[in-house]
Amino acid sequence: MAEVKKSFPINGMHCASCVRVTERALKKTPGVKDAVVNLATAKASVTYDADNCTPEQLAESIAKTGYTLELEERSEATMQEEKKKELQTLRNKVVVSLGLGLLILWGSFPGLMNTAPAFLHNFWLQLLLATPVQFWAGSEFYRATIPALKHRTANMDTLVALGTTVAYIYSAFVTFFPNVVMNLGIEAMPYFDVAVIVIGLILLGRYFEAKAKMGTSSAIKKLIGLQAKTARVVRGDKEIDIPIDQVVLNDIIRVRPGEKIPVDGEILEGESSIDESMITGESIPVDKAKGDTVVGATMNKSGTFTYKARKIGSDTMLAQIIKLVEEAQGSKAPIQRLADLISSYFVPIVIMLAFLTFGVWYVFGPDLAFLFALLNTVAVLIIACPCAMGLATPTAIMVGTGKGAEHGILIKDAESLEVAHKINTVVFDKTGTLTKGKPEVTDIIPMSVILNLFQDPNKMPKKMLNQAESPAAQRATWIQHDKEEVLQLAASIEKGSEHSLAEAIVNYAQEHKIILDPVAKFQAIAGHGVEGLIGKQKIFFGNRRLMDREKIDYKEVTEQISKLESEGKTVMMLAADSRLAGLVAVADTVKDTAKDGVAALKKIGIEVVMITGDNARTANAIAKKLGIDRVLADVLPDQKEAEVRKLQAEGKKVAMVGDGINDAPALAAADIGIAMGTGTDVAIEAADITLINKDLRSVASAITLSKKTMRTIKLNLFWAFGYNIILIPVAMGALYPFFGILLNPIFASVAMASSSISVVSNSLLLRRVKI
Amino acid sequence: MSIDKILVAILSLAGMAFTYWFFLMKKEGEAVVVNTNSVDITVMGGYSPEVISIPKGKTTTLNFIRKDPSSCLEEVVLPDFKIRKYLPLNETTPIQVTPKESGTFEIVCGMNMFHGKIIVK
Repeated sequence: MAEVKKSFPINGMHCASCVRVTERALKKTPGVKDAVVNLATAKASVTYDADNCTPEQLAESIAKTGYTLELEERSEATMQEEKKKELQTLRNKVVVSLGLGLLILWGSFPGLMNTAPAFLHNFWLQLLLATPVQFWAGSEFYRATIPALKHRTANMDTLVALGTTVAYIYSAFVTFFPNVVMNLGIEAMPYFDVAVIVIGLILLGRYFEAKAKMGTSSAIKKLIGLQAKTARVVRGDKEIDIPIDQVVLNDIIRVRPGEKIPVDGEILEGESSIDESMITGESIPVDKAKGDTVVGATMNKSGTFTYKARKIGSDTMLAQIIKLVEEAQGSKAPIQRLADLISSYFVPIVIMLAFLTFGVWYVFGPDLAFLFALLNTVAVLIIACPCAMGLATPTAIMVGTGKGAEHGILIKDAESLEVAHKINTVVFDKTGTLTKGKPEVTDIIPMSVILNLFQDPNKMPKKMLNQAESPAAQRATWIQHDKEEVLQLAASIEKGSEHSLAEAIVNYAQEHKIILDPVAKFQAIAGHGVEGLIGKQKIFFGNRRLMDREKIDYKEVTEQISKLESEGKTVMMLAADSRLAGLVAVADTVKDTAKDGVAALKKIGIEVVMITGDNARTANAIAKKLGIDRVLADVLPDQKEAEVRKLQAEGKKVAMVGDGINDAPALAAADIGIAMGTGTDVAIEAADITLINKDLRSVASAITLSKKTMRTIKLNLFWAFGYNIILIPVAMGALYPFFGILLNPIFASVAMASSSISVVSNSLLLRRVKI
Repeated sequence: MSIDKILVAILSLAGMAFTYWFFLMKKEGEAVVVNTNSVDITVMGGYSPEVISIPKGKTTTLNFIRKDPSSCLEEVVLPDFKIRKYLPLNETTPIQVTPKESGTFEIVCGMNMFHGKIIVK
């Protein structure tokens, strides 16, 4: 039995009794376990047995009650479709407004009107053309203004509605009562062109702005679009295709070449190469086999495999990423505070300035003061653009966080994105971050090599000699033989040990197909090494302390050991029957991207620090290899946080890069915590930035992205504030006494429409930056 | 100064004073205390109710019903809860919040023109 819980929109409900009727109908449908209908959300949440009930049957039951159950949740595609329809309506309004507006302008604008046919000069015709624009195309300004006024709030629509209504009513008055106006000494000239063209241009601006804004959330849409629609589930001996939301935990899913992996899980059978670029940003496909984890929404390239669903629905990595990006886009950057404060007082202040403009022009203006007062008041109302201020920060944050997600850089919130641009010091945890965190065997050196025993081929043991080979080849064969012997003994004796270094040696031996010998009387000596019997040989394998304890002479290898240790390696000695047989060196290897990652940070002027519990000699060796100048060695895990705080006390803005789990306190203490995560909840929660691509070069990319986003925000704010600060006084007529310059309301509407478009377009430019 | 100029000057000053009083001296509405686990908020020229009071630590569903076609109100933002959501016109969009701390949190439109408040006790 496959129990499924799903929510369906129900149309046509309007009261509590509708809820009861639909709920009862659903509950009566065979196979339904439970149904809850919510009037407010207009949705039914139904738990049913997918084997005995289908969504179509549920829809049928609801249809009998006179309501409709929609089978598909409102998808992103439907929303897009609706948005497109809205845009289409807007475009029609723009075409009509500007078309009619241009006719009016032709018939009334000084200079132009002489070329127009006589009927266009007719005020009544102009009124006829202007009225549908004012009350049909401009209806949205009124529909927004009236309810806003009921709440005693105002926005841009209020300003446009006020401005164009003033122009329209005055023009209509002139049309109806021209003599009254003329008796006041004012030329009877309507300004329908102002009202109509302003509406047309502002709607045109809104059309472009809406189109541009759709682009700011394209990253999220792209992520949602990655999701597979169906999964091929193995049920019994059958394979069936089911919608992805019906996949349950532990379902066995088959994936064939070229198919998308539906949900997260673990491979049970088969192997393949998988393109994970859509999630991690890493372009090279990853080979995966039995036991490896696969991530939903990634693409299976070559092989066929079956895997067990381990994470479904909102628990999958893709769902987590989408949630994180959505959250980041919903958060507010501290830089926005000032814009917020100003925009909350902005519109009332502009309306007050409009009153002031009218009063001052009427009282102190030149001849025809009324007309100056009227047109300048309209210009003030039209030019003010609070939208640009409101859009300056969020649009850039949306594009910036989306851009990061496309590159496997998940930014927790807008504040993190803002703080990251100030970072001047990056602290890397060594183990597991700069290095792979898994020790690997780097050197096996038999005593024959150290003592240079094979200089003379004649001295080589007769049994190994092959007269057909050159002396050099014979020497190589002997060294290989000795190396294998050292590895065989070391791996055999370490097999019983639980030490992490032992695991590295045993794995290495298995990779080289070395057969391990049985060990008798095995004993691990804490802090020293191990001992045991292989055949009749007494074997000791460990550090200096073990050799000292067993009085085994290692004077001949001290120089070699120091050399290896200075390269950041841990060295162990192998002794057979109280004689030194060789050395095995183990080291934690650095990640492929570590060196480039450090270089990228240094290139953008950031100091790189490495923090580690290792001794100074080992730590310095690795730091030197990676080009890191400053090392904090011998730091115990619980002291890392204090070290980060010390750096902050030096006045540095610190980013700490760790694995997100063991370093949580240090990540939290840093100004920015960057986790080399895998998309797990723990890592994402602990960090401000999570690098799901595990690429150390992305630390520099994240900081660069932050810098570029902040530059865009600052430019947007500068433009939005500057625009209003400069152009509102110009519209009020501040330049008139000095230069005789006034702002025609039509030009004011052009400037206003272009100001918010320019802010959104500037944010969209962030999509093109290289990080 | 002629009488009409004096009159216009007075009206202009009165208009400014009225605007200040009407928009900037508005008293905040009484908070609607939400005792159930959901509340309907009508989006029409602002948010009604404008101020809601919800309990700390409990999940409350805010059902935003957008009836206003203004593009300003097409998105609702709850910055403290990291939520930015598109509100389809004439539809109900449920948004769940689980406040972990007491305090006053903002509800704003996408362009920060319209404001509401969530008081968490």
